[in-house]
Amino acid sequence: MIDLATSLRELWIVWLVLLFVGIVVWTWWPSRKEKLERHARIPFEDEDRPHAR
Amino acid sequence: MASIALGRVEAAAPAYNEDVVRWFTIATMFWGIVGFLVGTYIAFQLAYPVLNLDLEWTTFGRLRPVHTSAVIFAFGGNALMATSLYVVQRTCRTPLFGGPLLATFLFWGYQLFIVLAAVGYVTGITQGREYAEPEWYVDLWLTIVWVVYLIVFFGTILNRKEPHIYVANWFFLAFIVTVAMLHIVNNLAVPVSLLGAKSYSLFAGVQDALTQWWYGHNAVGFFLTAGFLGIMYYFVPKQAERPVYSYRLSIIHFWALIFLYIWAGPHHLHFTALPDWAQVLGMTFSVMLWMPSWGGMINGLMTLSGAWDKLRTDPVLRFLVVSVAFYGMSTFEGPLMSIRQVNALSHYTDWTVGHVHSGALGWVAFVTFGAVYYLVPRLWKVQRLYSLRLVEWHFWIATLGIVLYITAMWVSGIMQGLMWRSYDSLGFLQFSFIETVEAMHPFYVIRAFGGVLFLAGALIMAYNLYRTTKGDIRVEEPMPVGAAARLAPAE
Repeated sequence: MIDLATSLRELWIVWLVLLFVGIVVWTWWPSRKEKLERHARIPFEDEDRPHAR
Repeated sequence: MASIALGRVEAAAPAYNEDVVRWFTIATMFWGIVGFLVGTYIAFQLAYPVLNLDLEWTTFGRLRPVHTSAVIFAFGGNALMATSLYVVQRTCRTPLFGGPLLATFLFWGYQLFIVLAAVGYVTGITQGREYAEPEWYVDLWLTIVWVVYLIVFFGTILNRKEPHIYVANWFFLAFIVTVAMLHIVNNLAVPVSLLGAKSYSLFAGVQDALTQWWYGHNAVGFFLTAGFLGIMYYFVPKQAERPVYSYRLSIIHFWALIFLYIWAGPHHLHFTALPDWAQVLGMTFSVMLWMPSWGGMINGLMTLSGAWDKLRTDPVLRFLVVSVAFYGMSTFEGPLMSIRQVNALSHYTDWTVGHVHSGALGWVAFVTFGAVYYLVPRLWKVQRLYSLRLVEWHFWIATLGIVLYITAMWVSGIMQGLMWRSYDSLGFLQFSFIETVEAMHPFYVIRAFGGVLFLAGALIMAYNLYRTTKGDIRVEEPMPVGAAARLAPAE
């Protein structure tokens, strides 16, 4: 068991790359597009008063 | 729909803690001018050593950390605290966690850290670790202040009314958490006595050097990059009045940056006692950083797509956008310089100094200027900035200063590197060290003059902001009206 854990740990960069690939796939999954892009509007939802400029 | 409307009514309640943001904004300008002034002075010292004044307190060795700490931790740090505490309240639509008490402690605690550090440098108290010069007692104090910062910021996120955590807050949080980790590990030291300032690092030899540069490069990566990207992701969209180009790209940008930056430190130790494999590792990760850096730059710049004419009409937006362009430029140059063969020429030369300043002046300072110009009219509840023409003057004077600075350092640095590696036909070094110093003199003068321009721009800014807080509006020719504004209905 400990041997297995050690050899899995040695492949740390593989696990990190897989985790990152997972993040990329999750983010660019087509059905999430609309929901995620909507978050970009958050800074515009706090307008407490129309700012005269 | 009703719940959304209710949420907006709630947000309209003026419950945000903006006092502390105002103080941090004032401190940003104050320390910025101090830092630029000291920087300009030591630039003249390099050109004219007589300016050391033959006093121990004013030698280059003691004033240099005053400059670096003043611009990074005092100017940059106060700017990050001002913007992060403003942004986290606005995007979470909830006031600061911990109320005015914690915020006030955070402000004064941080200013005390700056003063304690600077007094130490001038009187010769230093750990001798670049960008981590404060001795153990100042480090302990900063740890307390920083934990309070984390509590205030993270507590506000936990209290949020907005379900999603906006991406700017991810960058700010990564900056706060990582800087805490870096600061604590790199400053593990044993004081010689309880009442004395001197301490010794817990690490020795090459482990000590690698710990220092693991800290040093990630101070660049997480303090000067991740934190200021948080500023970009809020203030560029707000000033351009359009959402960020791609929110999904910002998520990828964030994770790629976080995964890669932490490994890049060894590139500061090429051709040293550090094992070759570690040097190559640092180089490889540095080169890979090209991708997230440019992804972030594209995301910031493309936010303007369809509104490029605003660059002509809005000098505040121009500061923000040009800062992103400088970010792209210096993050292109950085990986290039981390390649061992390039580093063999560039290391220990002025090229490094020029590279740092294209990032520090062009990216960090410009994005800060843009954010502060955005903040001040809103924080002081006045109609608009005192003068957009003065912002325009500030922009061009500062840009000219940067161009003089970095071109002088490119020429000087590459010349210096080439002179160091010149051999004559018998295999002797062709130039003595002092000959390289002599050859660099004209470029040192040009660089110092660039610093004068940058400082002058900041003084114009301070004047403009002071008049803004008074509610004054300068009588001046208005900026040209852009296409977007012409099309918009009159208010």
